[in-house]
Amino acid sequence: MFKKKKTSQFNTPYTIQSAFKKGNRWTKLSFLIMGLGHFSHKQIIKGLIFFTSQVLFLTYMLRFGLYSLSMLPTLGTELTGEKYDAVKGIYIQTFGHNSMLLLLYGLVTIGMIISFFLLWKANVCSAYRTQVLYETTGKVSTFKDDLRRYFDQELHKTLLFLPILSIVVFTVLPLIFMISMAFTNFDRHHQPPGNLFTWTGFETFKELVSFSGELGTTFWNIAGWTIVWAIFATFLNYIFGILLALLINRKATKFKSFWRLGFVLSVAVPQFVTLLVINGLLQDQGALNIILQKLGLLSHGTYLPFLSNGDWARVTVIIVNLWIGIPHTLLIVTGILQNIPKDLYEAASIDGAGPFTTFIKITMPQVLFITAPYLLLQFIGNINNFNVIFLLTGGGPASLEYYKATAGKTDLLVTWLYKLTIQYNDYNIGATIGILVFVLSTIMALVIYRRTGAYKNEEGFQ
Amino acid sequence: MKNFTSAKLKKIISNIFSHSFLLILVLIWIAPLVWILLTSFRGEQGLYSTEIIPKTLTLSNYTRLFTETEIFNFGLWFMNTLIVSICSCIISAFYTLAVAYAMSRARFKMRKPFMNMALIMGLFPGFMSMIAVYYILKGVGLTEGYFILVALVLVYSGSAGLGFYIAKGYFDTIPRAIDEAAIIDGASKWDVFTKITIPLSKPIIVQTVIASFLAPWADFIFAKVIAGSNARYYTVSVGLFEMISRENVNQFFTRFAAGAVLVSIPMVILFLSIQRYYSEGNSGAVKG
Repeated sequence: MFKKKKTSQFNTPYTIQSAFKKGNRWTKLSFLIMGLGHFSHKQIIKGLIFFTSQVLFLTYMLRFGLYSLSMLPTLGTELTGEKYDAVKGIYIQTFGHNSMLLLLYGLVTIGMIISFFLLWKANVCSAYRTQVLYETTGKVSTFKDDLRRYFDQELHKTLLFLPILSIVVFTVLPLIFMISMAFTNFDRHHQPPGNLFTWTGFETFKELVSFSGELGTTFWNIAGWTIVWAIFATFLNYIFGILLALLINRKATKFKSFWRLGFVLSVAVPQFVTLLVINGLLQDQGALNIILQKLGLLSHGTYLPFLSNGDWARVTVIIVNLWIGIPHTLLIVTGILQNIPKDLYEAASIDGAGPFTTFIKITMPQVLFITAPYLLLQFIGNINNFNVIFLLTGGGPASLEYYKATAGKTDLLVTWLYKLTIQYNDYNIGATIGILVFVLSTIMALVIYRRTGAYKNEEGFQ
Repeated sequence: MKNFTSAKLKKIISNIFSHSFLLILVLIWIAPLVWILLTSFRGEQGLYSTEIIPKTLTLSNYTRLFTETEIFNFGLWFMNTLIVSICSCIISAFYTLAVAYAMSRARFKMRKPFMNMALIMGLFPGFMSMIAVYYILKGVGLTEGYFILVALVLVYSGSAGLGFYIAKGYFDTIPRAIDEAAIIDGASKWDVFTKITIPLSKPIIVQTVIASFLAPWADFIFAKVIAGSNARYYTVSVGLFEMISRENVNQFFTRFAAGAVLVSIPMVILFLSIQRYYSEGNSGAVKG
């Protein structure tokens, strides 16, 4: 019963069905020609808006949309080539189909159809609403009234219009575009213009997750390292960050804000600057090796392969990531630590609890409770941690065991994705990796996020 | 008495220990920053120097950034980045606040689905759609000339509407009774939004504005993909990144350091100035 009430919370009497059953002639005609219902009640501006959008949509569909839709199933059939022109007696170049553009235009057209359908629905409902209002009160709302309504009761629609439009264009459409590439053979051998690519279904997925084959083994190797990296990078940063914050927050520590500033300074400098500098410092001939040689810890001419040996590099990126990540944790945790009630600690010390016990029994539960969502975001952020790997090692040292030598020992799935799409044009593999990373993150997120209090009692605050 | 002094001694020792430990850590954290500062004043060119402290100090790395502009026009990039980041932070702030307000105050059918969608879309790796975004921008002709900057603004602010969670949480803490009182006095919801909610949300606005202002200064991937080889429309970060590509690094490394210092100074100032708002923004609008 409760559920039923919940679903009917937002229902209005002005639906397509009731408009069809109870609408008058003009309302019913609005099903075919948009805006007619409004014209019949002298709502000229509103009617014109609907009518013009219908005309525009139909022109678009006739001139462009229908063609795009028809090309979507094949993604093009004509190759670019040369054709013999018998009249002029020469070969002329013909431009074949560009599969990528056909895919994009097809998707855009589908999006247009969906938005037009929503507009059409709004038109019918609005016409019916006007009719009912006129029948019951004898008045219709003027354009000014409507405008006012969109800044009052319906303010959320006005506010959401531009942000959502921009999300659709810059996030949703590109995502769908990329996702659909995962189901094609759009790789380095099928590059438009010039070559066509076409739908291949789940071929790339099968190849990627199979344990045999070069691509499959590369994928599982990199996926394994990605998870190891994410676990170390997240939890080491978290624990050391909390310990550092505790050390600074100790009553006896002097110059608290000076220490904090010292650590936080590194957050404020752009990562591509600091990481590239650290990359320079850690080279085989870099400053750190020179210092070690001068101190006599290394004999002259030898060096430690911080970034040039696969295993060394993996440890190095995790350690350097501590340098990046600990200040972030420090920033988040400091405020929380200061808000833990002091009497808790006093009570504990009266009961004879040592510093370790208070940390485990008081500090950690409090911090963990508040930072659980942050920890989750950090974990997913680390699975997708492009900057640290790309700037520090570039994914290297390169490994010949990996698929066509496209990846290196420290590559995460995202940096591999980047290399495959930007450097090697293997869009289908890149897109498939993206989808698999998404699946991985979603599983993590759903399992953990749904357990946190923030999701369960969202309204608890109000 | 003896016990007391030994406890005191123990305390002093542990204090000395913890302070020197902190000092060592801070030195480690500051070292790369100091090194780049020193490099920016270094007279000798080149990436590697056998000396840690430069032999000759000079300001020429800074002046040459602005005078030798044939290959790398730092001043122009700086202006490009400034324009892009100002526009995108205004748009982003509006998007974020608008969505956050709608999600916090209005109750409509698509609300929960939208909030879940926003979470889900955040889980796709951003680089996945980068190429697609590029082709879409190219399709509408935004990858040529000045339009590159427009495209950058659109890209940086494009998905700001998805990052509404913090601001929404903040709006949730503003009591609805305030809204209702204003509405009884005849205010429309638009009035409530602009005259009550926004003025009450200064910490969250500052946080949003500065975070989105800083993004273009730090991003080098999207800007590079969109601007391609068109060096006139590079942002600072793409330009600096180009300076230390393999073929340029030996000639330009000290100038890269100078440029990096110039970019970092305003970022550090801005960042430190929002720190205060940062903790306020996370603690709610109405203090008990």
